[in-house]
Amino acid sequence: MENGRFLVSSSPHIRSGESTQRIMMDVAIALLPALFSGIWFFGLRALMMTIVAVVFAVASEVVMQKVMKRPVTVKDFSAVVTGMLIAFNVPSTLPLWMVAIGAIFAIVIVKQCFGGVGHNFINPALAARAMLLASWPVDMTAWVTPGVDAVTTATPLALIKGTEAVNVVLPNVMDLFVGNVGGCIGETSALALLIGGLYLLYRKVISYRIPVIYIATVGVFAFMFSGFDLSYVPYHVFAGGLFLGAIFMATDYSSSPMTAKGQIIFAIGCGFLTSVIRFFGGYPEGVSYSILLMNIATPLIDRFTLPRKFGEVKKSA
Amino acid sequence: MKKLTFKGGTHPPHSKKATEKLALEKANAPKTVVIPMQQHIGAPCDPIVAVGDEVKVGQKIGEAKGFVSVPVHSSVSGKVTAIEPRMYSGGTKVTCVVIESDMQDTIHESVTSKGSLEALSADDIKNIIKEAGIVGMGGAAFPTHVKLAPPPEKNVDTVILNGAECEPYLTADHRLMLENPEDVVLGLQAFMKVLNVSKGYIGIEDNKVDAIEVMQKAAQGKAGIEVVVLHAKYPQGAEKQLINACTGREVPSGGLPADAGVVVNNVGTAAAVAKAIKTGMPLVERIVTITGAGINNPKNLLVKIGTNFREVVDQCGGFKGNPQKIIAGGPMMGIAQFHIDIPVIKGTSGILVLSEEEARLPESSNCIRCGKCVDVCPINLMPAGLSAHALLDNYDQAEGLHAMDCIECGSCSFVCPAKRPLVESIRLAKREILAKRRKAQAK
Ligand code: SF4
Ligand code: SF4
Repeated sequence: MENGRFLVSSSPHIRSGESTQRIMMDVAIALLPALFSGIWFFGLRALMMTIVAVVFAVASEVVMQKVMKRPVTVKDFSAVVTGMLIAFNVPSTLPLWMVAIGAIFAIVIVKQCFGGVGHNFINPALAARAMLLASWPVDMTAWVTPGVDAVTTATPLALIKGTEAVNVVLPNVMDLFVGNVGGCIGETSALALLIGGLYLLYRKVISYRIPVIYIATVGVFAFMFSGFDLSYVPYHVFAGGLFLGAIFMATDYSSSPMTAKGQIIFAIGCGFLTSVIRFFGGYPEGVSYSILLMNIATPLIDRFTLPRKFGEVKKSA
Repeated sequence: MKKLTFKGGTHPPHSKKATEKLALEKANAPKTVVIPMQQHIGAPCDPIVAVGDEVKVGQKIGEAKGFVSVPVHSSVSGKVTAIEPRMYSGGTKVTCVVIESDMQDTIHESVTSKGSLEALSADDIKNIIKEAGIVGMGGAAFPTHVKLAPPPEKNVDTVILNGAECEPYLTADHRLMLENPEDVVLGLQAFMKVLNVSKGYIGIEDNKVDAIEVMQKAAQGKAGIEVVVLHAKYPQGAEKQLINACTGREVPSGGLPADAGVVVNNVGTAAAVAKAIKTGMPLVERIVTITGAGINNPKNLLVKIGTNFREVVDQCGGFKGNPQKIIAGGPMMGIAQFHIDIPVIKGTSGILVLSEEEARLPESSNCIRCGKCVDVCPINLMPAGLSAHALLDNYDQAEGLHAMDCIECGSCSFVCPAKRPLVESIRLAKREILAKRRKAQAK
């Protein structure tokens, strides 16, 4: 280079060590405790399902990008995360081929058709869950109790709601917290999800805003809607997909607002909708649909929560 | 100790270890200097010497044209051998006066002490500053006397000296404060006298503990002068952020520091003013930090204006390995150079040489909407959205998202995990918007 021209580019000339891959890998790592708890409570089938979902998610991304002649970006790990989340959002008895279809749908339709990572306006894993639920409602709600002698059961929220007449008693709050209850593979252990969430906070991948405000809002509304009965609150907070949804799905970058104010509005909206669906809607569980609905509102929220720029002079009306 | 700061910002690695403990050294006298007639923001100078003329150190060789302009002086004694356009660090060619040094460093007759600060009037001082060719030494090189003449309706009550040196790698201001704190304080007093204000701050980042101590000692007993400790955070030294940290005031969007009642100057500028008053020597040399992984022996050198980058680099042991990038200034806002054969000018705070590995540009990928750029933007803009519009040539939308408020600090591009060309595209949008505004005005 001594006599030649040197490299010229626009400043800044240094970049942080952050990368999309690093972030997605962190999310995958944060999902591991929930995966372990899933395997612990629902057996090796949970692992099998996760692997199937990840493999199909990654493979469909490669194929799709090849077909669309885009650069293949599976190295960024985002398809792995989507795959894991799909498996975590279905019951452990779901046929493997259905899991595969969910993964293909999430990547091909929801992610790649809209332009790939960052361009999906709704959460791919949640969209897949909604699609599966609409297509195979029976398989998608075939809950079993954790353990080897898995018997048919209902989720704690369904029990509270009384939508399913099964002779099971409501589990105690401790079982609920560690995840020893019926439900989707990755959603039952609030504890494992919490550990993952703390890791993401520590790594600054997410901010506390969406998860904390979402969960708190659900707590508050559960208290109000149940006629100010405190005993319902822990069930609404720890049961169902709330922790999974609040920590891992509602925080999806592409489909949640970018500004602090926007994230707060988004989280409160998610919490409110979740409670409304749980108390007044037809489903015992409302996390997925409320996040999906708020996903759709995200562009609007972003538009109306532009931060006040530095030095902006208040317009005198 | 109370530490002050602003909202937003980021933490690039400081990378100052290589030079922060190295005392200032005088660079070897150059045999030839190439002195551009434009080293400042504003109108270029007209050369007032001709080829063949003998000149001396401190002699005026370029006359300022217009109010926003300052004269240029010779940094050596010797003979003018050429007056022609040459490349300089601004990336274009400008008229330069080339002087062959006689190595005598004979000082020009006009260079005499201007007496004590007490004896000088505000107008005297302003005139000395202008005639000494003093500009902002932090890198922007805006003529200092212009800053010292705010419109009378603005109630300026505070002067802030910028000793933050938030750009990674650079240690020129740090060493100056350590080794010449009296001049910094004297310069600040001069500014305060010109503007007739009683409050003067010297803002220093907390990663320069020794400089804070030294400056505090130097400021002791000086009426109205206070050293302010700032959090080491980029861009702490940006004018608006510095004012916000020190005074809590916000410069209104589109406004100048004077609109917040403040005038900001770099510590290096203050020292240059002190020198011009004490000795009469105009701005003919400056401190330059020469550093980076591509330099064998990084240094802080006192370099004569017009010295070739190559000569300076050679005094630092030359290149290490096969460096790929040369930057005039720091890594966040400095300008990458095609060639090394360009002169050091008044605004050259550093020569940063990056190794092959450091210079490699990361490939950019899809924006993942992580919001990190929004979090760090000190102006509270939405760099992701702004840049998206800019890249699609939607300059009107970019303007609506306040592109013109961007201070081009580069924090957004620095943090972006997808390595998007954020500030690069916003800069482009700003240029287009300005061009459009100018056209509209012409109509
Ligand atoms: S930091 Fe980069 S990836 Fe994140 S929102 Fe901004 S532009 Fe997009
Ligand atoms: S948008 Fe401009 S002001 Fe904001 S971080 Fe980027 S470069 Fe700095």
